[in-house]
Amino acid sequence: MTALTAAGLAGARVKGQPEPGGRPVGRRRATRFIESGWGWAFILPTAIGLGVFYIVPAFTTIWFSFSSWGAFGGHEFTGLDNYRHLVTDPDIGYALVNTLLYTLMLLCGIPLAIYLAALINREKLKGKGVFRTLYFLPVVTMPAAIAMVWRLIYNGQFGVLNYALSLVGIQGPFWLQDPRWALLSIGVIGVWSSLGYNMILFSAGLQAIPKELYEVAMIDGATRGQQFRHLTVPLLSPTIFFVTILTIINGFQVFDLIFLMAGRSNPAIDRVQTLVWLFYQDGFYSHNMGYGSVIAVLIFLLTAVFTAIQFSVQRKWVNYV
Amino acid sequence: MFRTSRRWFRSATALALAGLSLSAITACSGDTGSSGTTTAAESSAAAEATSAAAAEAVTISYWIWDKNQQPAIQQIADDFHAANPSITVTVELASAYRDYWTKLQTAATSGTAPDVFWMNGPNFQLYASNGQLEPLDDVFASSLSSSDYPQSLIDLYTYDGHQYGVPKDFDTVVLAYNSQLFADAGVAAPTDTWTWDDVHAAAQALTDPSKGIYGMFAGFYSQEDYYDTIYQAGGYVISADGKSSGYDQPEAIAGIQYWIDFIKDGSSPDYATMNDVDPDQSGVMLGNGTAAMEYIASYSAAAILDTPEGQAGHIKFARLPAGVQEASIIHGLGNVVYAQSAHKDAAKAFVAYLGSKAAADVQAETSTVIPAFNGTQDTWVASFPAEVNAQVFIDELPVTVPYPVSANTSAWANQESEILSKAWSLEQTPEEACAAMAKAMNEALAAE
Repeated sequence: MTALTAAGLAGARVKGQPEPGGRPVGRRRATRFIESGWGWAFILPTAIGLGVFYIVPAFTTIWFSFSSWGAFGGHEFTGLDNYRHLVTDPDIGYALVNTLLYTLMLLCGIPLAIYLAALINREKLKGKGVFRTLYFLPVVTMPAAIAMVWRLIYNGQFGVLNYALSLVGIQGPFWLQDPRWALLSIGVIGVWSSLGYNMILFSAGLQAIPKELYEVAMIDGATRGQQFRHLTVPLLSPTIFFVTILTIINGFQVFDLIFLMAGRSNPAIDRVQTLVWLFYQDGFYSHNMGYGSVIAVLIFLLTAVFTAIQFSVQRKWVNYV
Repeated sequence: MFRTSRRWFRSATALALAGLSLSAITACSGDTGSSGTTTAAESSAAAEATSAAAAEAVTISYWIWDKNQQPAIQQIADDFHAANPSITVTVELASAYRDYWTKLQTAATSGTAPDVFWMNGPNFQLYASNGQLEPLDDVFASSLSSSDYPQSLIDLYTYDGHQYGVPKDFDTVVLAYNSQLFADAGVAAPTDTWTWDDVHAAAQALTDPSKGIYGMFAGFYSQEDYYDTIYQAGGYVISADGKSSGYDQPEAIAGIQYWIDFIKDGSSPDYATMNDVDPDQSGVMLGNGTAAMEYIASYSAAAILDTPEGQAGHIKFARLPAGVQEASIIHGLGNVVYAQSAHKDAAKAFVAYLGSKAAADVQAETSTVIPAFNGTQDTWVASFPAEVNAQVFIDELPVTVPYPVSANTSAWANQESEILSKAWSLEQTPEEACAAMAKAMNEALAAE
């Protein structure tokens, strides 16, 4: 995922670079041809990887969604059977709501990331590197390790969180076992672990805003709050747009945290199971690859629709300098 | 750094988006593909090595899932390598039991399962009937004798007249208890004649909320907990003809009710507490002195004696208390050879060694599991201190009930944890949960 984003950025940057000028017009076409040839050569390894591991499997997944699988492979075409099952599967409804709620929680983390990025970018702040490292650490930590530590924190009987609450006289719930709290508890981890990545993007966006604009605003008598509202946020809007899209896509794909924190025998599983969790259960645990593929297609369509909506709405609020 | 030009953002976002949404749809295939490719590459590389020089060293893989048994298994693999220097065995431990079957079935689907692996009763018929296992009749004809193993285990791994598995071990279930907590509470230790009522009365007497001590850990494991009590109540999980579920019978409901009663009256931790501890590891609360009793299977015995309370000499074993009748679930693993293994001869040589008395003795001496090889069970019992009374695991044999299986056991057994947990969490009554389970199980059985 990250690699892909990086590839996307790199591709865009090459495109944006100025053409080397000052060459005779007649040789221009040949040079261009050679240049574009090199361009293709450079992206070939990535393109092949994308094709083999992403694009081809994406189409086979769509094909599989119309088929039924045996226990050890071998599939037969069953038309729309899997899709009919999808419509009547009660778990899908739960999973859809849970996935949307989880994504909503992740979105709530965006303002927090902007605020923290702004704090870290302050000129006078000492030990910037330390803060950056600390906030970024969860991004590069293995999800299994994160889950292990958070399970200890959330443990209803011996957990640090409930111990802290007991000091102020509150009896904490079983965070991961209680249907009312489980999704929220996992959402908090999701926000916490994506904070560092979003902060890096926002910090880069903040540094790209020219300082002169703030000087002008100060001369005009704008307070810090006004500067933030009328200058920082609008100028940061392209980054916010970008991060929002990433966050929604990540939210739709949440699986590892649910798998590691909850598990099948969890009494709150109805309230935390997500679409990808169901996809795993049906596709890999029950080895019903055909139905698993249908869920994958559903996730794909949802992601596409949500992103298309965002692209059409962005004209109203995103400011490009 | 970031140049916030309109064009830049458009293209960057569009590209990133295309990639990310695609990765959603290909998460499935990507996973299988990558793990499949590696193993395929490895085995084809190994295959080339063999064809190049037949006498040259081959490496075969062996999958297991129990980390408690890993040292003993590694020892056996090393012994085998010492006797057969041309064959190296790589022992691979799956991260947990629940992931083992997912991983194995995925690998088998892509033709890249390990050469030799552990098989269990619930999965055996599925693998054998789908041609995933290599018949071992020739191994039994040449180097093993089926009379060296309990007949029930030989039968368990026979399909369509062919022997597909070499019995590795067997496990029975007993009551483990903390003798110190019994003494502290002035409760008499469990005896061979205990009944359900005796356990319940003792559990209540042992429970002390002020010290955080529970009388019973009413666990939620099929083999170790509720399968046993369903049969003790006179019920059954699957009918004798393997066609229908027994979960809707009143006896089966009584077998589930037995556990719920402990939770309801507070003599067991509630389900949230138990599930928060570590749902994959039994004996945790027994081992730290917060639970006085728990049903455990023989494969956990050594690990439980290695806990703080076990090392202090407080943990002991007793026969399972009787309900309407006595019953203890017996199950055993088998070692099997993958039908598409590139090194079948080496793999067969290795399973033959795994079925030998020498291999059984290593398992027995390390206390890990009760070996299936007749005559080595006493070695296993003797590997424990006499006062823990490990003999009860063997004493259960006359009342053992075979582990309930069908042609596609996991199709219904996989649903037990989700459906029956609602009874443990008190969200549903045992009647409701059992009715739902019977319905799901009958549907799965009808589809076999």
